[in-house]
Amino acid sequence: MSWFLRNYDQVAVALGQHVVIALTALAIAFVIALPVGVVAARRERVYAVAIAVSGFLYTIPTLAFLALLIPLVGLGRTNVIIAMVAFSLVALIRNVAAGIRGVPADVVDAARGMGMSDSQRLLRVELPLAAPVVVAGLRVAAVTVISVTVVGAYVNAGGLGTLIFNGIAGDHAAKIWSGAITACALAIGVDTALAFVERQLARAQRA
Amino acid sequence: MLIEAWRYLLAHPAQFAVALGVHVTLSAAALAIGAAIAIPVGLYAARRPGVAFAAVNAANVGRTLPSLAVLALVMPLLGTGFAPSLFALSLLALPPILLNTVAGIRGIDPDIIDAARGMGMTPRGVLGKIEWPLALPVIFAGLRTAAIQVVSGAVLAAFIGGGGLGDFITAGIAMMAIPQLLVGAIPVTLLALGADFGFGVLQQRLTPRGMR
Amino acid sequence: MIEIEHLGKRFPGSDAPAVDDLTISIGDGEICVLIGPSGCGKTTTMRMINRMIEPDVGTICIAGRDVTRIDPVKLRRSVGYVIQQVGLFPHMTIAENIATVPHLLGWDASRIARRADELLARVDMDPARYRDRYPRELSGGQKQRVGVARALAADPPVMLMDEPFGALDPITRASLQDEFLRLLYELRKTIVFVTHDIDEALKMGTRIAIMRAGRLVQFDRPEAILAHPADSFVEAFVGGDRALKRLALMPAVDHATGALGVAPGAPRLPVTASLRDALSTLLATDRDAALIDTDRGEATITLGAIREALNGARH
Repeated sequence: MSWFLRNYDQVAVALGQHVVIALTALAIAFVIALPVGVVAARRERVYAVAIAVSGFLYTIPTLAFLALLIPLVGLGRTNVIIAMVAFSLVALIRNVAAGIRGVPADVVDAARGMGMSDSQRLLRVELPLAAPVVVAGLRVAAVTVISVTVVGAYVNAGGLGTLIFNGIAGDHAAKIWSGAITACALAIGVDTALAFVERQLARAQRA
Repeated sequence: MLIEAWRYLLAHPAQFAVALGVHVTLSAAALAIGAAIAIPVGLYAARRPGVAFAAVNAANVGRTLPSLAVLALVMPLLGTGFAPSLFALSLLALPPILLNTVAGIRGIDPDIIDAARGMGMTPRGVLGKIEWPLALPVIFAGLRTAAIQVVSGAVLAAFIGGGGLGDFITAGIAMMAIPQLLVGAIPVTLLALGADFGFGVLQQRLTPRGMR
Repeated sequence: MIEIEHLGKRFPGSDAPAVDDLTISIGDGEICVLIGPSGCGKTTTMRMINRMIEPDVGTICIAGRDVTRIDPVKLRRSVGYVIQQVGLFPHMTIAENIATVPHLLGWDASRIARRADELLARVDMDPARYRDRYPRELSGGQKQRVGVARALAADPPVMLMDEPFGALDPITRASLQDEFLRLLYELRKTIVFVTHDIDEALKMGTRIAIMRAGRLVQFDRPEAILAHPADSFVEAFVGGDRALKRLALMPAVDHATGALGVAPGAPRLPVTASLRDALSTLLATDRDAALIDTDRGEATITLGAIREALNGARH
């Protein structure tokens, strides 16, 4: 505990790295998953293929995936970000598709009937209404990404995992605690925050 | 590169067999322990709102924790090796199984339960003849999720001396020896995919015929 | 058969009792219909008979035995239970569903199989075709027939039915009501039947118990309730066309006379016609008398006879 207080700047740096990598990966994953999800919502075969592929990627054990990327991209942040994007796709695609499919048919019909083009309808009606479900997917993706980043320290990506690995190597319990507990706190905090956002979005719709 | 990896494997058969064996044992045991705790707790909690609230919230929190963090936290407390790894992995297996057990029981149409009780089934009879078979597919989906998580976590157990295929990966990374790395990474990936497929088939088989 | 005395139940968190000092005596072989507006306590009362809900005060005796002293599980195995959504077990075949209570009672397999087939035939479903099917393959009407068969499996003397035909379309409902009445004509069961539909109550009940806010307002035969409603609530509840409903319960032949001098071209009615059918026909054809074809020749039913049936003889 006292180590933590004396070295919180170290923890802060690691936390900062962690958040940056995680956010980058989430952003990239979202940019890919959103259009794929929208198309998948409308076409059953695209959905099946997209879920099958992204689900397959998700099943690969984290460290194995990072390791398999080494011959291709070496060590470092790029490696971890690719892995994180790959892991988060399935939750995001599935939830974007589910969110859009979940928009009531009569609402879609009304929008079309009013003369909205497809893209207008998507931007102004379907995506906003799908937002709670999409945020639920973001929740899962965010937690996944934070978890992978912890392991990512082992391939030199930085992040809170560095504290853990240094702690294990040096048999330094305080470092392990600091890294691990901060990572857990980050995960719980992000999950709770996004759950709150999800609830607010859902409530706004019901009003 | 793959050929070199294959040659490395052939050169170290015993080492590989042990690592594979440990990995499978660790995963299977953690899944079994997780199920042995989570399923009964889930069944108990499902129809008791207060208990369910606590259990489901705890499991939701547990589900978000990074696997490596959980494994690492165990180390200062229990040391390194097989047993601490097993402990940590069992903890990781609990949330998905618990959540799915509760969801599976709660997802049963209440009219079915009302009819069963009204006809004179004992509570145990209702659980065994009605609730368990109807919830089983959902419970198995939870086991499937937990299995993949455990196989993946067992790779990380290498960091706390748990053995398993993760040892090949960590050694390979440390020494930048790709063949050795692949001897760990590829088999464990196949293991995870196989477990996912296997549980998927089981889940299908266990769905009662009347409901497929 | 069923003696309910001073039955009462109040649910926690509500001011008014759900059931308030209910006393009712249901005879052997009766169909007692419990009816009333939402929240009147009819379903709660029914569910206290097999202790799915525990009474607060009062006693319920079936065949002289106080149900609150019997193990509820054993009690329920001797009382048939049919609910609106049926609650068939989706993971079991139709035969297995019907076999539920016999199984619990420990019957042997061949006896159970024979009984299941027998009951399927009784509810007009070919056993060979249906015994190995699953509930999701059945229509709503078929599901409820299986529900009734399942309730009858162990041959209970008493059956509880909570709006059993409520989820069905009107045509299926009417046909199942008829089939069920025919079935009961052959078996001898005491039925407690909950409904919110006054026409169903008038059709099915030997006696009707009208409830309101947990209390019993009137308990009598359908004709008596229609002829002499206890208060304005009952009067409103049975509907403004009370007189027509009464006529629907009276067979025309009972009020017919020998063929008098009837004008040619008089309309003809079948022997099953009710006074209401007769009235409807006479109004539509603008006649005063109609002929009924009975197997002993023709009979005449007049407007005057219809009015007498409702109001008694004049002068």
